[in-house]
Amino acid sequence: MKVLVPVKRVVDYNVKVRVKSDQTGVELANVKMSMNPFDEISVEEAVRMKEAGTATEVIVVSVGPQQAQETIRTALAMGADRGILVKTDEVVEPLGVAKVLKAIVEEEQPGLVIVGKQAIDDDSNQTGQMLAALLGWPQGTFASKIELAGDKINVTREIDGGLQTVSLNSPAIVTCDLRLNEPRYASLPNIMKAKKKPIDEKSPADLGADIAPRLQVVKVAEPAERQAGIKVESAAELVAKLKEAGVIG
Amino acid sequence: MTSLVIAEHTNSELADATAKTVTAATALGGDVHILVAGSNAGAAAEAASKIAGVAKVLHADDAQYDHGMPEAIAALVVSLAGSYDAILAPATTRGKNVAPRIAALLDVMQLSEITAVVSADTFERPIYAGNAIQTVKSSDAKKVITVRTTSFAAAGEGGSASVEQVSSDNPGLATFVSEELTKSDRPELTAAKIIVSGGRGMQSGDNFPMLEKIADKLGAGVGASRAAVDAGFVPNDYQVGQTGKVVAPELYIAVGISGAIQHLAGMKDSKVIVAINKDEEAPIFQVADYGLVADLFKAVPELEEELGKIGL
Repeated sequence: MKVLVPVKRVVDYNVKVRVKSDQTGVELANVKMSMNPFDEISVEEAVRMKEAGTATEVIVVSVGPQQAQETIRTALAMGADRGILVKTDEVVEPLGVAKVLKAIVEEEQPGLVIVGKQAIDDDSNQTGQMLAALLGWPQGTFASKIELAGDKINVTREIDGGLQTVSLNSPAIVTCDLRLNEPRYASLPNIMKAKKKPIDEKSPADLGADIAPRLQVVKVAEPAERQAGIKVESAAELVAKLKEAGVIG
Repeated sequence: MTSLVIAEHTNSELADATAKTVTAATALGGDVHILVAGSNAGAAAEAASKIAGVAKVLHADDAQYDHGMPEAIAALVVSLAGSYDAILAPATTRGKNVAPRIAALLDVMQLSEITAVVSADTFERPIYAGNAIQTVKSSDAKKVITVRTTSFAAAGEGGSASVEQVSSDNPGLATFVSEELTKSDRPELTAAKIIVSGGRGMQSGDNFPMLEKIADKLGAGVGASRAAVDAGFVPNDYQVGQTGKVVAPELYIAVGISGAIQHLAGMKDSKVIVAINKDEEAPIFQVADYGLVADLFKAVPELEEELGKIGL
C-alpha cells in the first residue's frame, strides 16, 4: 500500500510572529521556516509503517513556493521515498489544497493519506477533512493511534474528554494529533541520502485544480496586549486578591 | 437569511457549546435553526427547542449519527443545506471534524474558529495560535463556520421552537467502535473554568498531586507546559500551548512555568492569570495579573492551606 503524506512549510513554532505595520499579514521575511509540527508526526507515522512492512512507498507532497522543496527534503531525510512539489507562489486556502491533493491522489492511488490535523500558521484544521469529502473517503481525524485491520483502518481519536475509536473503510484519510508518535531527527547520512531522492514538480494548473481564494484578508492585527499585573507577597494575599476579583470562592 | 447550527450533545443532554454557537448565528441576522443529529436524542432536541431565538429544531434520530460520526452527519447536512445561508458548528472536536467535510462538499471555504462576527460575511479569527487576529471576508454564497465558544456568551432559555424530523441515507464509510471518556471528576481542559498548570519547575511527575489538590479545591482542570510534557512528567493530553490545547478559562494558575511563547499562545486569553515562579525575570510574569515570586514547593502547600481557610 502506498501512503501519501502532505506537508506544509510554516513559520517555525519557536518564532514569535510579528504583525506587519500595514496590517496585511505577519512578517515572513528572514523568519525561520520549518515543517508544520503535525506534519512531522504524519511523516514519522508513514515511515514507521514502511519500516513495519505495511506501507510499500511513502510519497510526500507539498503545495507552496520553490522553498517548500526544503520541507519535502526534510521528510525524505526522515525516510520518505519521493516527493512531489506542487509549485505556486499564491496563498492557497485549505479548499484549494484539498483540490490539488485530490488530483494527486487520483494519480498516485494511495491506500492511505496521513496529514497533520492543523497547520500552525492559519490554524484552519480543514485540509484532511476536505480531502476526505472530495474523494468520498472516510476520515479519522485527530488520531493518536492507527491500526491496519484487514481491509479496515482502525483509528483512535483524541476527542473532547477522552478517546474514540472508529473503523474506516479503506482507502481513508487520517489526520494526526500530538500523541500519535514522536518524530525522529534525520541523521546526517540520511540527510545526504535524501539529496538523491526524486522530487517531481507540478503546478496546480497541470492538475486541473482551482485554487482561487474564497476569502479576502481584510486585515491582520495584533491581539489585545495583556498588561503585566501586580506582584503579591504571599499565598494569603493571592487568595484575597482572587476572591476580590470574583474568580474563586 | 437563515442559519443552521449543528448541535453539540450527548443525546441526553445538550452541551453549552450549542447555545454559544446560537449566539454567533444570531449575530449573522435572520432566523436560526438547530440540527440535533444523534441516536435517541429526543431530550437534546427538546432542550434545543427551548434556546431563546431558535425558530426551528431539526431532529435526525438514527444510530448512524451517534457519536458525531462525520461521514453520516455531513451527508445529512448537505441534504438540508439548500435552505440555509450559513451553517455553524462549535469548534469542539466534533464540530472541527464534521464542518470542513460539509464545506468541501458544498464547495465552500470554511471560516474556522471565529471569535467575532463583524458582519454577515466578515469575521475575526485567531491565527498563529492567537498571536495575530485575522479579519476575513468570505465571497462564498453559503458560509460554513466553526465558532470558538469561549468568545460567545450562551443564548438564554425561553424559546419554544417546533421540532421536525429529518433523515438521510447512510454513506456506509465508517463505523463507531468504542469511546473511552476520561472518568475524572476534574473538568476537561477546554471546558474548565479554572485551570492549574505545572511546568518544568515541578521537577517530576510525582509532584503533580500537589497541583491536583489545589485543582480539586477549585473544581479546576490540570494542565501542563510543553516542557513538562517533554520531560515526561505528565501525558501529552495535559499540554496547553500552540501545539497542545488552546484554553481561555476564567482563572489560569501557572506554577513553575517560565512562559515560553509556545505556552503563552495557548493560555493568554484567560481572564485572570496567576503565576507562581521563583525566577522574578520569568516571561510569564509579563502576562500575569497576579504574580507570586516564590519557591513553588513552599507556595503551593501554602496556597492549599489558604484556600482551605476560605472554605474551599
